[in-house]
Amino acid sequence: MSGTWISTRAWLLMLPLLAVMIAVIGWPLVDTVRLSFTDAKLVGTEGSFVGTENFTRMLTGSNFWRALVITTLFAIVSVAAEMVLGVLAALLLNQQFRGRTALRALMILPWALPTVVNATLWRLIYNPEYGSLNAALTQLGLLDSYRSWLGEPGSALIALIVADCWKNFPLVALIALAALQAVPRDITAASLVDGAGPFNRFRFVSMPYLAGPLLVALVLRTIEAFKVFDIIWVMTRGGPANSTRTLSILVYQEAFSFQRAGSGASLALIVTLLVTLLAVAYAALLRKAAGAA
Amino acid sequence: MERQGPLFSLFVHASALLLAVVILAPLVWLFVMSISPAADLSAKPLKWWPSDIDLSRYRTLLSAIENSTGAAFIASLFNSLKVAGMATLAAIVVAVPAAWAVSRTPAVSWSLYTVIATYMLPPVALAVPLYMGLAYFGLLNSVFGLALVYLTILAPFTTWLLKAGFDSIPREIESAAMIDGARLDQILRLLTLPLAAPVMATSALFAFLLAWDEFFYALLFTSDLRAKTLTVTIADLAGGRVSDYGLIATAGVLAALPPVLIGLVMQRALISGLTSGGVKG
Repeated sequence: MSGTWISTRAWLLMLPLLAVMIAVIGWPLVDTVRLSFTDAKLVGTEGSFVGTENFTRMLTGSNFWRALVITTLFAIVSVAAEMVLGVLAALLLNQQFRGRTALRALMILPWALPTVVNATLWRLIYNPEYGSLNAALTQLGLLDSYRSWLGEPGSALIALIVADCWKNFPLVALIALAALQAVPRDITAASLVDGAGPFNRFRFVSMPYLAGPLLVALVLRTIEAFKVFDIIWVMTRGGPANSTRTLSILVYQEAFSFQRAGSGASLALIVTLLVTLLAVAYAALLRKAAGAA
Repeated sequence: MERQGPLFSLFVHASALLLAVVILAPLVWLFVMSISPAADLSAKPLKWWPSDIDLSRYRTLLSAIENSTGAAFIASLFNSLKVAGMATLAAIVVAVPAAWAVSRTPAVSWSLYTVIATYMLPPVALAVPLYMGLAYFGLLNSVFGLALVYLTILAPFTTWLLKAGFDSIPREIESAAMIDGARLDQILRLLTLPLAAPVMATSALFAFLLAWDEFFYALLFTSDLRAKTLTVTIADLAGGRVSDYGLIATAGVLAALPPVLIGLVMQRALISGLTSGGVKG
């Protein structure tokens, strides 16, 4: 069979997928770009061309910058905590102890719990009047009076990060555990014979196997965290006093609550650009890591 | 392996216990809330264990009396099933031929990477035109419209998983059959697709879970019982003026049950899928 026929056949087989992708991703993306230069409303007016007005208004207002800081904070703190807790849990699960298989099975539960159910659950736990966190801390004598964890700007973001970490660190743990189990037994044994301590064993024996999978998990989790919407919408809707209003929440409010499709689209494009930059930077990092290995 | 001192062994067991408590406590509490009488949940000091088991919310949510909370819950349960089912089926149908083609013709693989790159796009980048497009075609607040939108997430994802699956089936098997005179459609039908069946099942399951979990588009594009999915209904309950927290917890337990059961039963396949191909956020 000739090469041209094979690649023609390949394109024909890809046609349905490509057609669907153009309809539901390609066209909307192009239309978002068009809308970002107009003053279109979500319903009713088509809008007219306004140049870069939307972008300048968004970039000179304080809302965008504040949301960017909150999003970055959320992403860095939650992903860092998930990585550390995940690796620690994986190191533990890689030890021999009774009930290890059962504990490993449990780790799948937070991951399987739907995000909205997780958010709802933690919202109930943090409830200012009847929540179990207030009850537990008071009964243990650690708290004098009930607090509104999600109602105070000082604690709302941290409370959200805890809820997000609880759901996502087990996934990192499972990925890290799979990597740890790929470390050949005889290398571990040899390092023991050579008298390597636990820290050096982790640094020089386990780490080379962990680095690749962890880097991939880090990339994907950071991008996910940067796009965060669901957990915040269900738990705080960006409040109190906009202290948990991330970029996605801001776009939602602009485009759908205030129905300003044009400026909402321009904001969405800025977010997309930031996510793309993040992805490109990480891709370079991954390639460098692959080259070094 | 390493000889473990008693102190180290104690430390490992204590840490394992701590980890188990951290994972289980919130989940057990969700279940306890769902079966506690309302008075227990608002008692101070809080009752950690129900004075007697109250299953009335499960009856409330699963009874289809018209215009009740239960009817709304059941309707959204069926909407979730329909949307996730249709979107998964459509995604597999378009993804299987594309994934096979890319797996066997590396020259066109750049197109797949373009498709996968879209998986990184924030949903807000597409939301406004999708809303206007659905409105134009009269597909707002429709399970069909929402299923179509879910292809933005499911199609790239399943293609990626399936491509990895086809890669692991040696192409020599296909060339051998071709030399024996089999036509391409026979090879695919009788050889490749049966061999890829486990991967297809895992991909479909992953896709279904992704759709079951989805909230953002469902929040934007559905507005009443005709299309509202479970995630939106639960968010409504959580954010609304429901005074019985046990009812909210019960809705959460019921919505979590299918993915949690799938997760436990399919553990091995899920973990190998998570570590090899895609990672769900």
